[in-house]
Amino acid sequence: MIWNEEYETLPREALEALQLKRLQNQIERVYASVPYYRQKMNDAGVIPGDIKTLADIQKLPFTTKEDLRKNYPFGLFAVPMERVVRIHASSGTTGQPTVVGYTKRDIKIWAELMTRSLVAAGATQKDIIHNAYGYGLFTGGLGAHYGAENLGATVVPISGGNTKRQIMIMRDFKSTVLLCTPSYALNLAESMGDMGIDPADMHLRVGVFGAEPWSENMRQEIEKKLGIQAIDIYGLSEIIGPGVAIECAEEQKGLHVMEDHFLPEIVDRKTFAPLPLGEIGELVFTTLTKEAFPVIRYRTKDFSRLITDHCSCGRTFYRMEKVTGRSDDMMIIRGVNVFPSQIEHVLMSIKGVEPHYQIIVNREGSLDTMEVQVEVSEDLFSDAVKTLEELTKRIQVEIKDLLGVSCKVTLVEPKTIQRSEGKAQRVIDNRKI
Amino acid sequence: MKVKQIAVFLENKSGRMAEITGVLAKNGINIRAMSLADTADFGILRLIVNDTESARNVLKENGFTVGTTEVLVIEVMDKPGGLAGVLQIISENKLNIEYMYAFTQKSGETGLIIFRFDEIDKAMDTLKKAGCHLLTGEEVYAI
Repeated sequence: MIWNEEYETLPREALEALQLKRLQNQIERVYASVPYYRQKMNDAGVIPGDIKTLADIQKLPFTTKEDLRKNYPFGLFAVPMERVVRIHASSGTTGQPTVVGYTKRDIKIWAELMTRSLVAAGATQKDIIHNAYGYGLFTGGLGAHYGAENLGATVVPISGGNTKRQIMIMRDFKSTVLLCTPSYALNLAESMGDMGIDPADMHLRVGVFGAEPWSENMRQEIEKKLGIQAIDIYGLSEIIGPGVAIECAEEQKGLHVMEDHFLPEIVDRKTFAPLPLGEIGELVFTTLTKEAFPVIRYRTKDFSRLITDHCSCGRTFYRMEKVTGRSDDMMIIRGVNVFPSQIEHVLMSIKGVEPHYQIIVNREGSLDTMEVQVEVSEDLFSDAVKTLEELTKRIQVEIKDLLGVSCKVTLVEPKTIQRSEGKAQRVIDNRKI
Repeated sequence: MKVKQIAVFLENKSGRMAEITGVLAKNGINIRAMSLADTADFGILRLIVNDTESARNVLKENGFTVGTTEVLVIEVMDKPGGLAGVLQIISENKLNIEYMYAFTQKSGETGLIIFRFDEIDKAMDTLKKAGCHLLTGEEVYAI
């Protein structure tokens, strides 16, 4: 289903004309109202009038999280504070949080994009939507909430945490759509088992999961355990929040980028040179309609590629491939780039391995060591030492084959790895660098 | 003739054995025989108890990973050569032992050897034909 036929199926030519017009407006406005951006453009020797085609965007300097930090908290806002109606901030795991603002119109557009996303996932106004994204400074909860209300569905604003109560409410309210992080979806499935509740007795039909990278195998695991269709949603607060891109229920192959509001680019992850369409690299976004917090060529640190093939759902928006790695999550182990999602992929491909794992990185002398802890489920367990040792060996070999890095695999007792109530903490890096 | 044994996964952490035996004690379960296999990183505790089903359930409820397997229990004379005779039969028939452990009975006349075989049915037939005395589950649980 498509919420906004007019825009979501716009022929490419008309879409690109719209993008150019909006880009030119946005750049002019940002140049006029945000001194920091104006300075950066001046330093790069570009003025708004230089943007004559979409490709001219490459003349503009990038924006990074570092730029956002330097302007903490409101330095990059492009409207006076009296026009800002909402503030969100990203969890600052490394240093200061990054702060973003919204005007009334920004909120309205965001709700529209989130509604489009829910509809693409198969939700309708008849659905009861269990929104377990955290409410608060995090964009997930309120972003999804406004979209669900705008759709006309019934929203249960449960937020995160208190898992047992969530499950009771979900069952009693006969919720049909689940919104949360993929790791929390698995936590819910497991807790249902502990409570003796069969997920099949729930009324859930579809889940829209995002805010952390997750592998294709994890999707299958969630779909199997909860008996639902699991849809990937992409977004980040710096751009707007959830609803920047969404998978369509028809194909589930890549996420349609809301191109009438955001202009995606893919750049080389080391040189930052623009890459031809279809190549994999770092995803960069420029907002086209944002008023309070526009960003120009924001480097997301997410790795993906753009898919330009026609999609059977009818949307003309290009798709971005499911993000399976972020340079933020990337660990460098003995000089090799390792993403937690790659390890997840190996683990999930082994029958009986539970989707609960943790990666512990240490440095012994000058050598990095990586330990992967895996919980021993009943399916994996054997009374024979040989069988368990073969299992750890197999995981080790498969990780080594995929990543070229050897690691130690440790089997741990069930429920010893902390369960996610939002974003899962997959890596514990004890190295002091 | 097959006897049920439960196996419990243990991380190498202090106090885990005490927790398991504590759970069993609280639920009135009596341990008949046990053996602990350990590696550098983990251990596997194997137990034969008077009530396999309850033991399995209470351990699972307490968060342990539990498996149930079948083993053979053979009675041998408690004297030099008692075990050697049985092992001779096993060797001649090329039966592969996964692991084994032993305990003696109160009477002191016979010892009981617990065998975990790859192919339990074949092992059972062979040992019976060779005249070994295999104990039934009921006999072992009631010791």
